Amino acid sequence: MNQIDIGKWSQRDLNMLRTSSDTREIDLLTTSVRDLNATLQAFGSNTRSDEASFRVLTPNGAHAIAVGIDAPLNVEIAGHVGYYCGGMNKCASIIIDGNAGQGVGENMMSGVIHVKGDASQCAGATAHGGLLLIEGNASARCGISMKGIDIVVKGGIGHLSGFMGQTGRLVAFGDAGEALGDSIYEARIYVRGKVESLGADCIEKELRDEHRAELFALLKQADEAHKADVSEFRRYGSARKLYNFHIDNAGAY
Amino acid sequence: MKTIEKAWGYMPPRRSATFDEHAIAEIRRAAATGIYDIRGGGTKRKVPHFDDLLFLGASMSRYPLEGYRERCDTRVILGTRFAKKPVELAIPVTIAGMSFGALSAQAKEALGRGASLAGTSTTTGDGGMTPEERSQSKTLIYQYLPSRYGMNPDDLRKADAIEIVVGQGAKPGGGGMLLGQKISDRVAKMRSLPKGIDQRSACRHPDWTGADDLEIKILELRELTGWEKPIYLKMGASRPYYDVALAVKAGADVVVLDGMQGGTAATQDVFIEHVGIPILSAIRSAVRSLQDLGMHRKVQLIVSGGIRSGADVAKALALGADAVAIGTAALIALGDNDPRYEDDYRALGTTAGCYDDWHEGKDPAGITTQDPALSGRLDPVLAGRRLANYLRVVTLEAQTIARACGKSRLHNLEPEDLVALTVEAAAMTRIPLAGTDWIPGL
Repeated sequence: MNQIDIGKWSQRDLNMLRTSSDTREIDLLTTSVRDLNATLQAFGSNTRSDEASFRVLTPNGAHAIAVGIDAPLNVEIAGHVGYYCGGMNKCASIIIDGNAGQGVGENMMSGVIHVKGDASQCAGATAHGGLLLIEGNASARCGISMKGIDIVVKGGIGHLSGFMGQTGRLVAFGDAGEALGDSIYEARIYVRGKVESLGADCIEKELRDEHRAELFALLKQADEAHKADVSEFRRYGSARKLYNFHIDNAGAY
Repeated sequence: MKTIEKAWGYMPPRRSATFDEHAIAEIRRAAATGIYDIRGGGTKRKVPHFDDLLFLGASMSRYPLEGYRERCDTRVILGTRFAKKPVELAIPVTIAGMSFGALSAQAKEALGRGASLAGTSTTTGDGGMTPEERSQSKTLIYQYLPSRYGMNPDDLRKADAIEIVVGQGAKPGGGGMLLGQKISDRVAKMRSLPKGIDQRSACRHPDWTGADDLEIKILELRELTGWEKPIYLKMGASRPYYDVALAVKAGADVVVLDGMQGGTAATQDVFIEHVGIPILSAIRSAVRSLQDLGMHRKVQLIVSGGIRSGADVAKALALGADAVAIGTAALIALGDNDPRYEDDYRALGTTAGCYDDWHEGKDPAGITTQDPALSGRLDPVLAGRRLANYLRVVTLEAQTIARACGKSRLHNLEPEDLVALTVEAAAMTRIPLAGTDWIPGL
């Protein structure tokens, strides 16, 4: 077990940790989500990234795991999680070794959330920053109302993904469902597969060199930089025709 | 007026009750512009309201308390169900959520100052929390809205309570739009959107749908804030019995119920006037819902929409509410629609007392604007004192009525202190018609 600041920890906290060489383990069979989150939230933003690593065992689809972290912790969750895992995350790197329920990484501000499996709907909803990496597919409304996050999905994304996306980047290796980027603002969407349909005010845009560079950097973060050809992606964004209401556009709604 | 003499004599011109002056003007306006009318505020039509109730006062069977001498407690605690740190207020009159963006920074600061002086809370709005507002508000409720503009965990933790907004009385089921002319650099930055474009506030939350999801969303917010902060749930009054039951089921500590008289920053007039129900018709259903679940006074009820005076406050509490929220009245107290700006109002084609184009950002009183020249007209210190004065008067009025009914606590007011003036009000509130023991429908 690592040397840790015992002052931060109660005896109960210490009891729930299993000993390992580098990582502290917390088993949700014997520890509540409340105690887990309280433990993770006790670390401040001045924590060193190598100071604390956690492995969460037996998540069993529990909701609100690892929400509200405000420190560069490393948290690995060994299994499937329920709603809002990693919600409002700041700085932490969270790995979900399974599937994620609704709203994974919702409103995250920074840090990385890496879903090894599939993600349910509303992944990365309203998130302001950081990287959400999904190895499998993401369901409907991926990146809904996104406000600066980067989302990379190695599979497909469901309908209404990027809905009202304000800023940030959404990348999908697979297909996109209906109404991609509906009512999008300034978020940028890159899709390699087939797009079922585009939503209101969303258009395909030219993939220029700066976008190839941007996409390459995103793929690099997803460890795909030299495995995928950025030229195979198509770029989508706002036509900016609905930015100010005009009666002549009423048919678009 | 030129009249035509007929063989049988004079026949005066007759206006249609259906196509009245406003209906005709609206048809002509729509035909000329091709766009519906957008405005601020709540319903302007006359609907059943607290004026349709009266207090009976003490007499042979009840003893009054001495005014100015015997104590009448006004304190209220909100959020006692699950929160470790409930909100304690000196008076049961709170300030409703209004956004920085819709309102100037000076107006938001003034609301915080006034509320703090009077011992009550104020509430953020769409667009996030400003430092001025937080620093000047002793008790600040943080609204968690569908748009999540400016939403971040740090501000959530700075708040004293969290109010999840499902809807509001002026437009249940509707979102909002902050028009481009009100998007200053600061507003644009807080909302992560370009300057000058219309900013749509979504009508439903992006990451939950329905009460089952909401229960988990509330869990997340509690986890994020260490189960310390009360979770309010605000809804527009439409189906209060079932909506309140679902709010309780989802785990809310406090329900905020907003009637159709409650104001909005900007919405279609047709929405304001035709969707939702008056607060008078919603309170008893909401209270009955809480009582049926055994949660009355355990989950607190805040009602809003057209609260103007201490009489309205007393009647709302007598019907079973724990507190009220005011928005429009608070803006008027700050200086909204002040006759001293009559020349400016006339230049805008209106008159003091009627100005409601809050979305246009040209408010002569400097409240619903982001124009520095206009917002600079509002002194937040002075306006805050005016609001505090008003809140104290409202509280004294409610205490006066409560003492007359023999109550040593505002919250001891009860339905049997009331009678209804109209059959409609009697049916809506389950209060007997004055002079009878008749309650229609029972």
